[in-house]
Amino acid sequence: MAAVTERTYLDHAATAPMLPAAREAWRAESEQIGNPSSLHASGRRARRVVEESREQIAGLLGVRPSAVVFTGGGTEADNLALKGVYWARRRAVGARGVLVSAIEHHAVLDPAAWLAEHEGAEMRALPVDRLGRIDVDSLGSELARGGVAVCSVMWANNEVGTVQPVHQIAALCRAAQVPFHTDAVQALGQVPMDLTGIDAATISAHKIGGPVGVGALVVDPRLAVTPVLHGGGQEREVRSGTFDAAGIAAFAVAVEHAVSGQAARAAHLLRLRRELERGIARLVPDAVLNGDPGEADTERLPGNVHVSFPGCEGDLLLMLLDAAGVDCSTGSACTSGIPEPSHVLLAMGASLPWARSSLRFSLGETSTLADVDAVLDALPAAVDRARRAGSVSLRPA
Amino acid sequence: MRVIAALSGGVDSAVAAARMVDAGHEVTGVHLALSRSSAVGGRERGCCTLDDARDARRAADLLGIPFYVWDLSERFAAEVIDDFVAEYAAGRTPNPCVRCNERIKFSAVLDRALGLGFDVVATGHYARLVPSPDGIALHRAIDADKDQAYVLGVLTARQLAHAAFPLGDSLKDDVREEAASRGLAVARKPDSTDLCFVSDGDTRAFLGTRIAVRPGAVVDAVSGAVVGAHSGVHGYTIGQRRGLDLSRPAADGSPRYVVDVDVSSSTVVVGPAEMLDVDQVHGIRPTWTGSPLGAPPTPVTAQFRAHGEPIPGVAWVDGAELAVSLERPIRGLAAGQAVVLFDGTRVIGSATVDRTARRPALAGAAR
Repeated sequence: MAAVTERTYLDHAATAPMLPAAREAWRAESEQIGNPSSLHASGRRARRVVEESREQIAGLLGVRPSAVVFTGGGTEADNLALKGVYWARRRAVGARGVLVSAIEHHAVLDPAAWLAEHEGAEMRALPVDRLGRIDVDSLGSELARGGVAVCSVMWANNEVGTVQPVHQIAALCRAAQVPFHTDAVQALGQVPMDLTGIDAATISAHKIGGPVGVGALVVDPRLAVTPVLHGGGQEREVRSGTFDAAGIAAFAVAVEHAVSGQAARAAHLLRLRRELERGIARLVPDAVLNGDPGEADTERLPGNVHVSFPGCEGDLLLMLLDAAGVDCSTGSACTSGIPEPSHVLLAMGASLPWARSSLRFSLGETSTLADVDAVLDALPAAVDRARRAGSVSLRPA
Repeated sequence: MRVIAALSGGVDSAVAAARMVDAGHEVTGVHLALSRSSAVGGRERGCCTLDDARDARRAADLLGIPFYVWDLSERFAAEVIDDFVAEYAAGRTPNPCVRCNERIKFSAVLDRALGLGFDVVATGHYARLVPSPDGIALHRAIDADKDQAYVLGVLTARQLAHAAFPLGDSLKDDVREEAASRGLAVARKPDSTDLCFVSDGDTRAFLGTRIAVRPGAVVDAVSGAVVGAHSGVHGYTIGQRRGLDLSRPAADGSPRYVVDVDVSSSTVVVGPAEMLDVDQVHGIRPTWTGSPLGAPPTPVTAQFRAHGEPIPGVAWVDGAELAVSLERPIRGLAAGQAVVLFDGTRVIGSATVDRTARRPALAGAAR
């Protein structure tokens, strides 16, 4: 556990390193003055940056510029999609159903639960199978029950990497005339992104090399969305708040990079993922990969390796790998630093000990074989120690 | 050494960790999440509040050591809170801090730390560990006001061998001053006092929601008369005077105290103060910091409360039990309390008080 200065960063799903070009775009714009909503020359100049960025992002995603609603990040975009579409649909047609998969990010699950608790919504969670794939039949029957205000199913799961059949889901929703939202935060830049038939999608800058605090809800302009944030109405009355011109400029650079380099990036990530998976299987033969093991971009994120190590506590493994210079995660980050058993794994049918024994390595485009080797070097001793410490349960027998 | 420093978020544990860092040890900070609210909206947290976790994290930042939160809430609930409730339900008065040291800090945490390859667990307790020919001896702290040897008295030789108490030679005021000079933001944070898992300090209400309440009579031990009613024996502790709400004063005019709690009949017995005086104590589940006592009576001092006065006497092992005979009586001792035995400043061992008695006065000696 000697002090380590060189870190092996395998937590790209938490946040990715900022692209030099994005940082430069942020810096350049931050040196300028002007509120993009101001009417004078300085304001117009800043607004031009915002609108050009919007057009660039829209073009890369194949949507109209007016579809791009900038937000303060992925969580806000998810809240806007769930609450905004629910409120609008409840008012328009009286629909109160909120359909979400059981393995959504908390930024989707918690707004849905909040709507159920405070706004008369009926939250219906869609089950997933052992690999984390949504049960499309149950979605069909939920839609057939009627009264659905909004359906939200993530493109790819942030913990186990399983990719959902979003276009199939979108088609079912469309046939039922139910707006469909997808949290595409993890998918953007890792799998091809065709938003055809998808009413709303959440994207976030910092997962793809942009700054933290910028995101967007890419939403069909014909879909009514009630605002969550009220104020100046800067984003076509759907979202208020001063435009973050510098952040948005950097976001556009990151989206350009994410989309244009997707295929090459996916191939690179997949190569590293295979090495890491093989290495883990060799060194810890009873370790088990969670999520869809498939290599197609319709099956699993190419950079996600999510593994359960029987007999280990994930947070102890994390601590031991941390001491050995490896940054990884037990799943989604949590507020207090207290690891919760993953609701994703539990929804996939995992037992509590299984859910607590897991670790997520998320590769990024700057990851190398040396990073994989560093993890594999540190892993056996860490697993060994975690097993020894884990034989002392922190829970009552 | 590789050290786990338990960081509570308070000043003592922060300075203890700092001293371990200064001594050249490889220190990792761990905040123990002991009691916690479930899910959204709940804020029922005591010593493990989010503020404390944050203070602990900031102390670790300042010391430049890694920091983690260990969730021991389930084990704490099962071994400390459930036990606390069960003991009260059985009419006894447990000490949950002793239990936490025995079962959580120097058991679950220590064993986990050892498994992970650490050598010791360091805490901000005020007590001293002194190497001796028989192993590590546990002694009282220099600061008599802060001394916590009592709540550590339950630890065994094995546990003590892997413990570190860097504050045992210091005065609390000096520790605060040191924290301030080190730039630790918790330097002026007040000491914690209440039970960490009873958020508002209302232990009776806490127990009331967890124990099936059986109302019953309050009976005077002298007259045998029913002098009041109570809403559940869990609200009463031996020696308690306040809150008895007696319907009439005692016939002899002297104040009444709880002298016995009978769970089976749900009766609270009250009596004059003299009835609280006991000098014969039998304890169960003895623990030893080193060599156990034997059958021959050995001179000791015995302490029964965290800040209670040590009372001289003799102690011996009686089968599986510990027996203590005191030179002078102690007032208001309840079953469930811990008795900790000392030889001077050194802790010999401990036991859980099971039953007590008053030595019959010798003829002629009473006057």
